[in-house]
Amino acid sequence: MSDALLDARVVVDRGAFRLDVPLRVAPGEVVALLGPNGAGKTTALRALAGLHPLTAGHVTLDGVDLDRPATGGWVPTERRPIGVVFQDYLLFPHLSAVDNVAFGPRRHGVERRAARATAREWLTRVGLDAQARHRPRQLSGGQAQRVALARALAVAPSLLLLDEPLAALDARTRLDTRAELHRHLSAHAGATVLVTHDPLDALALADRLVIVEGGRVVQEGDGPSVTARPRTDYVARLVGLNLYRGRADGHGVRVSPELTLTVADRLDGEAFVAFRPAAVALHPARPEGSARNTWAGTVVGVQRHGDNVRVQLDGPIGVAADVTPAAAAHLRLIPGQRVWAAVKATETQAYPATG
Amino acid sequence: MRQVRDDIAGERDEAARERRATPRRRGRVPAALLIPAGVGLLFLVLPLVGLVIRAPWTTLPQRLTEPGALTALRLSVQTATLATALCLLLGVPLAWVLARVEFPGRRLVRALVTVPLVLPPVVGGVALLLVFGRRGLLGGWLDTTFGITLPFTTTGVVLAEAFVAMPFLVIAVEGALRAADHRYEEAAATLGASRWTAFTHVTLPLVAPGLAAGAVLCWARALGEFGATITFAGNYPGRTQTMPLAVYLALETDLESAIVLSLVLLVVSVGILVALRDRWMSTA
Repeated sequence: MSDALLDARVVVDRGAFRLDVPLRVAPGEVVALLGPNGAGKTTALRALAGLHPLTAGHVTLDGVDLDRPATGGWVPTERRPIGVVFQDYLLFPHLSAVDNVAFGPRRHGVERRAARATAREWLTRVGLDAQARHRPRQLSGGQAQRVALARALAVAPSLLLLDEPLAALDARTRLDTRAELHRHLSAHAGATVLVTHDPLDALALADRLVIVEGGRVVQEGDGPSVTARPRTDYVARLVGLNLYRGRADGHGVRVSPELTLTVADRLDGEAFVAFRPAAVALHPARPEGSARNTWAGTVVGVQRHGDNVRVQLDGPIGVAADVTPAAAAHLRLIPGQRVWAAVKATETQAYPATG
Repeated sequence: MRQVRDDIAGERDEAARERRATPRRRGRVPAALLIPAGVGLLFLVLPLVGLVIRAPWTTLPQRLTEPGALTALRLSVQTATLATALCLLLGVPLAWVLARVEFPGRRLVRALVTVPLVLPPVVGGVALLLVFGRRGLLGGWLDTTFGITLPFTTTGVVLAEAFVAMPFLVIAVEGALRAADHRYEEAAATLGASRWTAFTHVTLPLVAPGLAAGAVLCWARALGEFGATITFAGNYPGRTQTMPLAVYLALETDLESAIVLSLVLLVVSVGILVALRDRWMSTA
């Protein structure tokens, strides 16, 4: 990864909170910063854009230091080769769509008519040729999002930054816009960093996920590896897996003093075990069969979950189990009830916690 | 059968009428508010009515064409417009600094800006004399170095009017700037706009309604200025005698001509305000 276009270590202190996120993005690559609210994602994006100075670390784009507090290197926002799509778009309300898009080229010294022509081209590319003369308030949410994207891309930025690009859209528009946004991000030759708290957006749009929690990177990798092998409760919840950390000793992982889970994988030392809620079977009495992990737990919650019923169990480990409505009725699941949980070793994923 | 149906229809109508009437009854304005509001309106409008009633309509055309009246009117409009221009030139940047730049003592500066609002205009005129008068702090230096004399000149009128009117503009524009989302300026910066370009191309258009409102207030205040003007610039017809001064002077000799001058000032200022309101305020 020596060919990274963006090479950054974003360190920002805000009171007691410290954001420290290393980030390397190759040309054409789309990286999603994924994390819960308050994780510092937006601060990281603002620091990359130069809207918030770094406390330490560096932001280097295409070999040029944009911000490096140690040497005093600093390039102000307006001279950075960047494009930003803000969460609520911030289209200039007094300008038409085409003039919003032409704003960037104009500031980069392009003559008025040429800037307009470029803007028109971009609007056509995002399918808004007919709305060129419209003011932002006449545009729908999806249209405004596309104008904002066109405006950011019209200056041909080396680094494209998107802050929750789909968060302000309703569910239906979101689906269409997500697909279209993916097309444009794939076509963008520069580096792209997008910030989101929605795992679906991140998985659909990004080549690589960087999970940020409490100002730190807790996990990094492509979509399949992150979703298959979560490393924190936050990621596990995002992708809907039960996740436990414990000490592995061959095929057993001790996840609590009273429970050692038998797993299919063979490993030693600190390890994670993950399995799907649907892999958990519930029984009124201790089930027979040696290939299963079994333990007794107490029902603490019962909720509809799609076509199934999701049951939260307390016990040696907290676990979510998905059972059919028929099974739930048969078991007469109510909070406080004791049931037995069973998980086959082959349904588990175990992987080392280090590295 | 028909009768029954009509009765039912009638009842339904009545019910509908009652339903319609209910919110109206609930929304009735309390007398405790309505009466003082009416008295307040009368208090504001009656003097103007008096002016119209007592106007010498028969001799009006002849009085209007008297050279003194038109000269004072022209001078008033000119100086108020120049004063507003001066206020825009200095007041908008001042409002921007107060709204956008953090600096120690900002609250004190903001308080200082509003001092001319609470200061009696005559005191303002005296203060201007002490600074720009021929023996004043800056006046002597201006006189000897550049040969510029400000008191008792038309420029002095503009200065006096700007002094009392500028706070109106600064307060209105600063309020508009604070209300405007400063992230638009950040968006402009990410598109390559310097802070100055962002100010001229994004911030100013965003606060245009507030700016227009401030300018109109400022102009109206300048047009009606009396105390600071007569103190600092004196009362020379054609040079420093604006309409309010002419009205005051006429009052001592000829009530009817004072009424005519007042009416003219009223019509011109209301006319311009209404015209500007239609042009600018409707978008606000």
